[in-house]
Amino acid sequence: MFTITRGRLALVSAVAVGAVVALAGCASGDPLDEGGSSAGSETLVIGSQDYYSNEIIAEIYAQALEDGGFTVDRQFRIGQREAYLPEIESGALDVFPEYTGSLLQALDADAPGGTADEVYTALEAALPAGLTVLDRADASDQNSWTVTQAFADTYGLTDIASLTKVTEPITVGGNSELETRPYGPTALKEKYGIEIAGFTPVEDSGGPLTVKALVDKKIQLANVYTADPNIASNDLIALDDPDGLFLPDNVVPVVSDKVDDSAAEILNAVSAALDADTLVALNALSVNDQAAADTIATDWLTEQGLI
Amino acid sequence: MNLFADAVNWILEPANYVGSNAIPLRLAQHLVFTLVTLVMASAIAIPLGYLIGHTGRGRGLAVTTSGGLRAIPTLGLLTLVALWVGIGVVAPYVALTVLAIPPILAGAYTGFEAIDRRTVDAARAVGMSELQIVQKVEVPLGLPLLIGGLRSATLQVIATATLAAYVADLGLGRYLFAGLKTRDYAEMLGGSMLVILLALALEGIFALIQRFVVPRGVSGRVGGRAPGTTDSTPVSHSLRTEDPTVAR
Repeated sequence: MFTITRGRLALVSAVAVGAVVALAGCASGDPLDEGGSSAGSETLVIGSQDYYSNEIIAEIYAQALEDGGFTVDRQFRIGQREAYLPEIESGALDVFPEYTGSLLQALDADAPGGTADEVYTALEAALPAGLTVLDRADASDQNSWTVTQAFADTYGLTDIASLTKVTEPITVGGNSELETRPYGPTALKEKYGIEIAGFTPVEDSGGPLTVKALVDKKIQLANVYTADPNIASNDLIALDDPDGLFLPDNVVPVVSDKVDDSAAEILNAVSAALDADTLVALNALSVNDQAAADTIATDWLTEQGLI
Repeated sequence: MNLFADAVNWILEPANYVGSNAIPLRLAQHLVFTLVTLVMASAIAIPLGYLIGHTGRGRGLAVTTSGGLRAIPTLGLLTLVALWVGIGVVAPYVALTVLAIPPILAGAYTGFEAIDRRTVDAARAVGMSELQIVQKVEVPLGLPLLIGGLRSATLQVIATATLAAYVADLGLGRYLFAGLKTRDYAEMLGGSMLVILLALALEGIFALIQRFVVPRGVSGRVGGRAPGTTDSTPVSHSLRTEDPTVAR
């Protein structure tokens, strides 16, 4: 029995020594150094919100950067802004798809509204040291006051102010925080004199329950994100907002110092190609066709000639 | 800043006692919602449980089905029903009724099963009809366990009824959702404390009821053992061996 144990010990030792030698061999060829290009020397960590549309954009960034010879680490579906903003600020994340207006308000609660460009400029100034925003995309995904097309036709509604023409009681539906937001029912009343009959909480962030409530006429006015494909597929219409009640929320990559010029160039090319209709179309592929984010990203990037 | 102190201050704040979001109004809505849910669940579960308990048939099916019902996530069911019937109070009522049925059903049939078979036989021997046996023997003797089931259902419903606010302007859940989303944790914790207080109050009432519904001479325990059974626990959820002397 003793000899058997010894024999096993020898075998184990041989395997262990072999493994160490093999690993040592690997170590001499650091995979991170093999990129060849000056850009590929560091891994870029890409994050995303816990929101399907944001994940698609993050995946597009990731694949475009990979195609450019960069090594990326995907940290997707982290959570909402409160959860990931400290991570970006600490430098744990290098690239993050964001929305100009919402990020600006998160960094500076008193930030004034304005046009897409004004908000972008204000955001550049509000970002902490070490973080920058690259070019913004034309695509935006923002809060809106949305009604059904039939309701809009009945009262000839075009923009938010025209809601004063509505003669029936208007019930607003949305997440409970909507009730107290600066663009909420109170603002509608004070700014435009629109009479709001009531507020019904529907806690799915403008999702299918909210859309169904609108279509069923249980509510007349809801907050649905403008890039939501449900707006088109359910005959809804987001009312125009000429006065800037909502801050423009253009898609923009927030990046750390680790993102160099060649990486920035790649991301700017993506942003240039990402217009408003594109984002809705990409979201529709996820919502209506249940396509996976990586498939959607690959298909779109290939189609655009970006990879 | 102490969060608990903030929450207590929130509960005591006079501004929270006026308007459409007043604490007494939300408490009343929550209570009424809970009671209506319990009545609906009882209307389904008690007759069914009595039928199973009296005949001894369908127990296996009832155990499996109610076990399955217990496993359904209430928020998922609520969303599913709401997508079908729309937002409003209907979906929460359906989802919460499904949640309340299993404990009441179990209370009803185990209440009957726990009765000493000799008692039921004696009732039959003195010439009682099956209906009389149910009404005069099985229902009173099974009452303590049924009330136990109702008590457990009430506790579950009162805590879970906060989900009604997911699709309706109803109940104490409004404080939880609003507080969570606007990071007003004093409001959220205050709302939770109100739910706990309401649950404790109803628990107290049920504890009293449970004490008083025990028939005289039973004193909380169903004594003795039926001949031919090996069951040693007088009040038991375990499967009782069928007694051959009982005509079904």
